Parts: sequence; structure tokens; C-alpha cells
Amino acid sequence: MANGTVAVSEKTFYEESTNKYSGILSWLLTTDHKRIGLLYLYTIGGFFLVGVVLGLLMRLELIAPGETIVDAQTYNSLFTLHGVIMIFLFIVPGLPAIFGNFFLPIQLGTNDVAFPRLNLLSWYVYIIGAVLVLISLVLPGGPIDTGWTFYIPYSVRTSTNVSLAIFAAFVLGFSSILTGLNFITTVHRMRAPGMGFFRMPLFIWSLYATAWIQVIATPVIGITILLVILERTFGVGIFDPALGGDPILYQHMFWIYSHPAVYIMILPAMGVVSEILPTFARRTIFGYKAIAYSSLAIAFVGYLVWAHHMFTSGISDTARWIFSLLTFIVALPSGVKVFNWVATLYKGSIDPKPPLLWVLSFIFLFSIGGLTGLVVGSLATDIHLHDTYFVVAHFHYVMFGGTGTIFIAGLYYWFPKMFGRMYNIKWANIAAALYFIAFNMLYFPKFILGYMGMPRRYFDYLPEFTTLQEISTVGSWLMAITIIIIVTNLIHAGLKGKKASANPWGGVTLEWQTTSPPPLHNFNRHVEVNHEPYDFSQLKELEYDSK
Amino acid sequence: MFSGPSSHTQTVDMVMLYIVGISVILLLGITATMIYFVFKYHRNKGHKPVDIHGNVLLEIIWIAIPTFLVLTMFYFGYMGFAEIRNIPDDALVVKTTARMWAWQFDYANGKQSDTLFVPVNKHIKLEMESADVNHSLYIPAFRIKEDVIAGKVNYLGFKAEEAGIYDIACAEFCGLKHSMMYTAVVALSQDEFDTWLNAAPKDTNTAVTTDSTKVE
Repeated sequence: MANGTVAVSEKTFYEESTNKYSGILSWLLTTDHKRIGLLYLYTIGGFFLVGVVLGLLMRLELIAPGETIVDAQTYNSLFTLHGVIMIFLFIVPGLPAIFGNFFLPIQLGTNDVAFPRLNLLSWYVYIIGAVLVLISLVLPGGPIDTGWTFYIPYSVRTSTNVSLAIFAAFVLGFSSILTGLNFITTVHRMRAPGMGFFRMPLFIWSLYATAWIQVIATPVIGITILLVILERTFGVGIFDPALGGDPILYQHMFWIYSHPAVYIMILPAMGVVSEILPTFARRTIFGYKAIAYSSLAIAFVGYLVWAHHMFTSGISDTARWIFSLLTFIVALPSGVKVFNWVATLYKGSIDPKPPLLWVLSFIFLFSIGGLTGLVVGSLATDIHLHDTYFVVAHFHYVMFGGTGTIFIAGLYYWFPKMFGRMYNIKWANIAAALYFIAFNMLYFPKFILGYMGMPRRYFDYLPEFTTLQEISTVGSWLMAITIIIIVTNLIHAGLKGKKASANPWGGVTLEWQTTSPPPLHNFNRHVEVNHEPYDFSQLKELEYDSK
Repeated sequence: MFSGPSSHTQTVDMVMLYIVGISVILLLGITATMIYFVFKYHRNKGHKPVDIHGNVLLEIIWIAIPTFLVLTMFYFGYMGFAEIRNIPDDALVVKTTARMWAWQFDYANGKQSDTLFVPVNKHIKLEMESADVNHSLYIPAFRIKEDVIAGKVNYLGFKAEEAGIYDIACAEFCGLKHSMMYTAVVALSQDEFDTWLNAAPKDTNTAVTTDSTKVE
């Protein structure tokens, strides 16, 4: 790293904008990837909280059998909207759009993404999609009640606002594709001099693999959604058997996107883990290439396992065993990552600050999510557990315990860089402990409920499931308190926190080699890379505040 | 866990125990190692960190062993699945119809019921059709389910080995009363079952009476 160049400007990206406007317009018309990342943070974060509230209402309804606070139709809409909002508005765009936008150019040592205007456009497309979801709630017909999978024929026959809600998902898909295109191009064309592919931080590798899935898989859901809308509007007869269509075809098309989408959701989180671990162990990552290649392996094999969502749908027995086998194969690269992460702690100098605490939580929760994936990947057991609470528990451990936990870890890791201020470490530690307890209380009982035979998407349930449902609901309250602590701590820090130094954790990737918050063009000097990404011998040369 | 109303229950529970058992060992191993490292190499202890870039042998080991383990899991899972798919030709066929939000079972002699009556120790084959949207016939006690897909005949085989009454739930979301779409499978001895099958229904409406005349 060329050091000691004269600083050109002291201004941060908050004080200097890419356009001639000031105030709110300087944000709404910005092409600065950092500001766009923050726009995404506020909107995606907002929808996450909406999804949380919907989840809390569902849990409250389920505290006792029978009707508790809402009727069956409302409950059906609640779980559908919880799924749609959490998946399409939070977890798919979440990490790439927020942290990817903010840090991909900085970690590559460049001043912006390849197509800054397209980047702003994808935020607007996201907003349009989100507004369409909201409009679909209030129009006559009522909120969508099909489940987030929109299975045919129910979704063709229900009178709720299915067409508009899924059109929103169609629009959101474009936002995802545009971000993916932007990242692929940026990674190929805009790396700083000296930064070969194998000097890229692993977060970039994971975003790169994710971007390819976004670009290739998302059009499939777009086509599927258009066909469903045609079916509902004109009765074309592609999926609905009453019109000569095939509902299994719909399931195939839906999962050909939606299974790879699971890897859109988890891969960037795996990338963040590979950033946080070396920083707090202060040593290089164990198995850099193994982790980088396993991202590509997951992205590739992830395309080939979609029908494991359909083991009970009546597809041929041959298809069932082939997809079961492939599903077991896709577990291997995830395992490789976990083993390499744990090995990264070996002979490190470990400082368990809040971001690392969340990562350690992640490794435990994600391992449970992954290992229970083996239970539902196996045919004999999946026939029993498919569409039960076991599956609900499994994917919440992967998606919330995995990506959700890392969303918080990423916030706590990069917050000082993004906002130039530090949060309260003690409260962050308390929140990390509470989070771990609340999470397991909220979701672990669901594994047992599923094994006992409770199907998912149930408004009412048999009396023998009551105790476990109660434990889960109490866990949801504890989770709500934890989230309030997490958000309050960050908002307070953003407004009144102590000024953060350029490198509060002692990281060595490029974002820690510029000011907090960074200047408009990210670096006040020429960036050249002559180190591997996690070479801590640089730390001596870097300005590092050990407090 | 290992006594159930059908031998398939035990098969599934054994596969489950095998996978969960290995998973728990792996999970505890990963977690214990992780926590041990965090304490052992805590920064307060003043270790100088060592940059270890990787180890090819270790990478091979932690790809090879999991590969072997997941292949065995796949194998046991497949064998357990094959067990319920091999339905002998002499199985008792019951035509099953699902609709929002009720089940209907039709027997070869014309007997119709909203509860599934079956004889114990005899292979049953449900030929399932939907009258409207997708449903899924799920018998938790037997560890089996199969979706009932609109416009398609799916089948599900099982054999009850202990007399009793077991829940049947709908496991594929089908609208307003999805969670109330419960009925039961009643496993009877062969004699009791024959008596039930050949008895005239209590409420004798004409249609059903006509059917019962077919019975010898």
C-alpha cells in the first residue's frame, strides 16, 4: 500500500455530494454508492421491522389453540406477508444492497460501482416494488393469502390481491438483477492496481458468486410470475389443471428460482463472516481458496437441487432420489466453509468484540440450520417432515440464524466506518447474549413440533402442541426486546456516539485504510495493492487505535 | 421413539436418529472447538498470532469424511423411502378425494366415508385426487404424506400394524380452514373391518342404500 500521500480533502461523503443539491435531494438523486447503500439500509431495515411485527402478531395468535387475536383469514395473510416482506424486501436484497453497495467499491480500492446511475435506479425499482406490495394490502379483495410460494391452483382461485402482490415481486426482481450486473462488472473492471482475483476479500467473492445467481436465476421467477398473472387475468391454462394446465410445472418453475435464491440470501452472509473472523483473530483466514471456490460451488450446485422442495408432490421416484443425492452434495461446500472458519480461530489473537460474538452465534445457529437440512434432504425423513414446523425451524435457523444474525454482525462491524461513530459495547454484548437465548427459545421448539406432526401454515392446532407453542411465543417477546436494544443502541450511537477512529478493530482490508466515514471518492490517495487481503503485517503501518 | 403403529414409523425414526446423531456429534465438535479456541487464544493471553494459510490434508479430510457420511444418509433415506413405494398388487385400494376442507374415502364396494377405515397388517394404497386446490394427506403417526395435486392422481401406501385411531392432517396450504382439515385413520382387525365395510350406513339415504345392495 502506497502510504503517506498528502490528503486532498478532509470532507466525508456526508459533507460532499455527487450532485449540486443539498439536503434530501442530494440523497434522493445521489449516485454515490455509499449514500445508496445507506438509502437501502433505511428502507430495508424499515421493512425488516415490519416483518418482525407481523411475525410477533403470528406468534401471539399461536400462543393458544383456537382464535386468539385474529381470525383465520387474517392469519393466512399475516404469514404470507411475513414471508413476502422478509424474503423479497429484506433478506434477498439485504446484504448485497446495503453492505455490498457500501463496501464492494471500497474493498476493491475504487471510487464507485461500474454503473452508478443504474445503481440508483435499482434503489428506485426496489421502492416501486415495495410500494406495490403496500398498495396490494389496502385494495379491495384484501391482502394476499397464498403463502409466499403462491402455489397454483389456490393462487389462481383466491379472490385476494395476488396479481398485484406477485407483480411487486416481479419488479423487485429487476432491482436484484441490476445490482447483480453492476457488481459483476465492477469486480471484473474496477479492481485497484495489483488486486488480482485472489487478493480480493472473501466478501467480494461471495458477492460475485451471488451476483451471478441474481442475474441468471431471477428471470425465471419473473417469467413464472407473468404467467400466473396471465392465468389469473385471462384464464390461459398454463398451470391450473381446470384450464388444462399443470400445477407441478408451476412448482418446478417457482423453485428453479427460489432455491438458488436461498443462496442469494446466505452467500453474502458467509462472505461477511470471512471478513469479521480474521479481523478479530488478527490472523489470515484459513483456507482462502477453499472458501472462495466453495462460494462458486454453492452457486453452481445450488441450481440443481430445486426439486427437493417437491419430494411429496408426486414427481417420479427417480427424480426424488436424484434430487435427494444432489441436495446432500450441496451441503459439502457449506461444511468446508464452517470448518475453515473454526480453523481461522486457531493460533489467532482473539478479541471477542460484539461483531465476533454474533459470528460465533452464527456458526452455532447456522450449523443447526445446515445439519437439519440433511434431515429434510433425506427422502424417508422428508416425507414425514415436509411442510411441517420442522421445515419452518430449519429455514429460520438458516435464514434468520444465518443471514439475519450476520446482518446484525455486519452492522456492528461496519457501523463505525459507515457513520464515523461508535456504539455502546456493553449493551452490544448484552444484546448478543440475549439474542442467542431468544433465538433458540423462539425456533428450537418448532423442530420438536414438526417431528410431533404439526403442519405449517396452521391457524389452529391440536391441544398437545400448546406448551411448545407457548415457549416459542415467549421467545418471540424476548427477541423483540433484543431487537429494540440493538436498534436503540445503534440509533443512539449514530446521533450521540463517540467519534470512531479510521480503524477501530484493527482490520486490514481496504475499508479500514481510509477515514471513518470515508471521503466522497473513498480514498484521498492512490490505491495500489501488494498484499493478500488478510495480511496483518500491514497493521504496524496502518493508523490503528487500539482502544 | 421406536415402537410405532407401523414398521415404517420405526424405519423413519431410525433414519432420523442416524442423521440427528451424527449431526449432534458434528455440532458439539464444531462448537466445543470454537469455544476452546476463543479462550485458548484470547488476546489477553498475549499470544502472537500465527498466520496459517491452510492445510491441504485437512481440506481433503473435511471434504472426504462428510462426503462419506452424507452418502450413507442419502442411502438410508432412499431405502426408507423405497419401502413405502413398493406396494404389493394385492393391496387394498381406497380412492381418496380431498376438497376444501374435507376428506372423502371410497371403497371398491361403494362404501363411502369421511374417516379412513383400514384393516391392520394389510397393505393399503390410497389413490388420491383433489376436487379443487392442492392438499396433502399426512399421517404423522405413520411418518408418511403425499400431496394431493389438482388434476393428477398421486398415491400413498402404508400398512398399519397396531389397531388404533390416528390423525390425518392436511399438510399443503389450502385456504381458510386448512388447519381444521383433520380426519382420522381407524385401524381395525380384519374381522371388525369387514363388518364395518359391509354394514349399511346408519343414515340411510337412497344413494347409499343403493350402494349397499351391491354387497353380498
